[in-house]
Amino acid sequence: MKVLLSGNEAIALGAWEAGVQYASAYPGTPSTEVMERFARYPGVRAEWAANEKVALDNAIGACFGGARVLAAMKHVGVNVAADSLMSVSYTGVPGAFVLVTADDPSATSSQNEQDSRRYAQLAKFPCLDPSDSEDARKFAGIAIALSDRFETPVMLRSTTRLSHSKSAVESPAPAAREFEGLPKYDRTVSIARAILPAVARRRHPEIEQRLRDVADWASTEGFVQGLNHVEMRDTSVGIVTTGMAYQYVRELLPDRSILKLGMSYPIPLEKVREFADGVDRLVVVEELEPIIEEQLVNAGIEVAHGKDVFPICGELTPAVVRAGAVAAGLLDVVSMPDNVPLDIEVPERLPALCPGCPHRAFFYNVRRYKRKAIVAGDIGCYSMGALPPFEAVDMLISMGASIGMAHGFNRAGGQESAIAVIGDSTFFHSGIPPLASAVYNKANIAVVVLDNRITAMTGQQEHPGTGITLQGKAGEHIDIAGVARSLGVDFVEEVNAWDVDAVNSILRKAMAHEDGPAMVIVRGACVFTPYFKHQPIMHVDPDKCVTCGMCFNVGCPAIVRSDEIYETSGKRKTAIDPLLCTGCSVCSQVCPVQAIGRAE
Amino acid sequence: MTEIERVNILVVGVGGQGIITASDIAAQVGLDLGLDAKKSEVHGFAQRGGVVESHIRWAPSVGSPTCEKGYVDVLVAFELVEAARWADWLKPDCIVLVNHQRLDPMSVNLGKATYPDEDELLAALRARAARVVVVDALPLAEQAGNPRTMNTIMLAALSSVLDTDPEVWRKAILRRVPQRYADVNEVAFALGREVAAS
Repeated sequence: MKVLLSGNEAIALGAWEAGVQYASAYPGTPSTEVMERFARYPGVRAEWAANEKVALDNAIGACFGGARVLAAMKHVGVNVAADSLMSVSYTGVPGAFVLVTADDPSATSSQNEQDSRRYAQLAKFPCLDPSDSEDARKFAGIAIALSDRFETPVMLRSTTRLSHSKSAVESPAPAAREFEGLPKYDRTVSIARAILPAVARRRHPEIEQRLRDVADWASTEGFVQGLNHVEMRDTSVGIVTTGMAYQYVRELLPDRSILKLGMSYPIPLEKVREFADGVDRLVVVEELEPIIEEQLVNAGIEVAHGKDVFPICGELTPAVVRAGAVAAGLLDVVSMPDNVPLDIEVPERLPALCPGCPHRAFFYNVRRYKRKAIVAGDIGCYSMGALPPFEAVDMLISMGASIGMAHGFNRAGGQESAIAVIGDSTFFHSGIPPLASAVYNKANIAVVVLDNRITAMTGQQEHPGTGITLQGKAGEHIDIAGVARSLGVDFVEEVNAWDVDAVNSILRKAMAHEDGPAMVIVRGACVFTPYFKHQPIMHVDPDKCVTCGMCFNVGCPAIVRSDEIYETSGKRKTAIDPLLCTGCSVCSQVCPVQAIGRAE
Repeated sequence: MTEIERVNILVVGVGGQGIITASDIAAQVGLDLGLDAKKSEVHGFAQRGGVVESHIRWAPSVGSPTCEKGYVDVLVAFELVEAARWADWLKPDCIVLVNHQRLDPMSVNLGKATYPDEDELLAALRARAARVVVVDALPLAEQAGNPRTMNTIMLAALSSVLDTDPEVWRKAILRRVPQRYADVNEVAFALGREVAAS
């Protein structure tokens, strides 16, 4: 029987079937579900790490002990882990090592569109690109086998579209398995597990040879095992493609010859040359960077069309591939009648903080200080503080950057107060070293930790501050206030996230604090955690509402307009959607005429 | 009942309306009908209060997990203005199934945009599509006993406009929803079938 699995679920299944017994990850859209799924299989140890570098180092240590391991992260997470990643390629691995990375073409939930395959080239190890869930499952197994055979790390690279699409796979056979643990540490293996300059110099030529060996394997075994395959049809054009792009190609151009490369780096050059010789001209269809195209061009294989018609920017879609195929002369233009928007103006619908969100009162307050302060934001749900109605984030770069940016702004002589805003999970991810640096250099900044007791944006994952493990068991809880005090922060205050005035007054004190950073911990659990307390919902008294609009400044989706008009202003009065309201009361605290109270 | 061989379904609405679950079920129904099926959506930043789109495709062999713009056979919109937002994805002879619910986006609440006139919106949709079915899913879901069964009402209506075996849908829904909500979902499914048939 076949079942529908997402690409992420299929990767987890394939890795488990291939004998992976230890895995570590930091959550990040679109990679998160790989670890959530993997953790549910029997006989494995799976963990959330504090950040991606820690996850990678965990996996390296386990692998150096002889285990089959997996580390998973989103594309920008690989940047965090890159230091170790470069070197573990040099050392090689005695167990088997798969790095799962999920790229995000079109940056649907990310800061950029970087193509992780560049890391495979940079670190000189193979990269596999599955194109549906069955591929994802199979390639996870091939990745482990390749790693085992060539003692190389292997990248299994997904994209948002693969990770979050579901397609059919053969239903897995349930099997019990016991966790085995590592054998006695073997000091006789040939792998140099301690990288020193002399080791690096000796290893570099061996790494170059390893890449050539992998490419040879891809030319032979890679075809036998179905990692790469050729579909020979009409020989006027041959299409080389990989990953999700293959699906668009096979659907839009069913009569064309296709070389599907499951390994996009290094490519099996001899087989590609054979394929090129068998067709009149070669076209490359791949998403984001021209990784395959460059390898072909470097090898002197002529490419008729590639990135000239299939754009580098943005996700490939059926429509984009169709347009490229038309431009390359592979398809006739098909006229699409009426394919235009309706003659109706459709209002923009941006994402918003959820009803009851503990970040709301902080952003409502901080927007009052636009003249006096700048806000350095961070990565999480609170990135939405940059959106209307708050528009209260002045800088936003990467995970953990808020504290360092506020510090730099302040120490460079910034005229405004500098406020860093960071979440609890992000604080543990990469907020501690910049806080140490701010204390050390006496940066006068206000560090606001929005502590909602969860990694919220990625779908509620646990972290060191929650003290709950990936398996939902009690672990060690680390107190953020205690961490800050132990680093030498002398102003550390905690405040109830839903108390608008209290948040405001503590924020003022923190901004006025001198001689080093001040920390405010805004405590309030995410509405999707069991700690969040729903209260009796709010209600607007229509006789009191004067349509001033103050309540809309808290940006709550539960606050809507009623059909009742306030005659003085001619505007529609406020109402509260009883299905959405959680009773957090932030709106009632900002209403100047006390029109909002608890519903009876 | 007609034998369906291939169909492109686009389910759209606002985060939190139960669209992902509904799409999972609709994709499973494709497999249960003996076809290949794929589904795709984007999670993450747009999750709450933002626009949600989910693609479901049934065919003997499905390539792309997303529909192509201009080739959508059935649009299932959980909210009125969201139906209009995706109109340029529709095939000329498509069916639009729209939930009669209005959720004002923040841009409207803040006075930066206006919500279109409902009659004009539906008239424009009717001019575009071969058939428009308006479903009052929220009151029906409340009648069934739980407002969260709105997505089951919409699935029931979808099963009806696609002219497929309702039993396959009913079973797929019951396999997916928590056991304690089985009864309300049974009622919701029956109500949705009735409405779409009338």
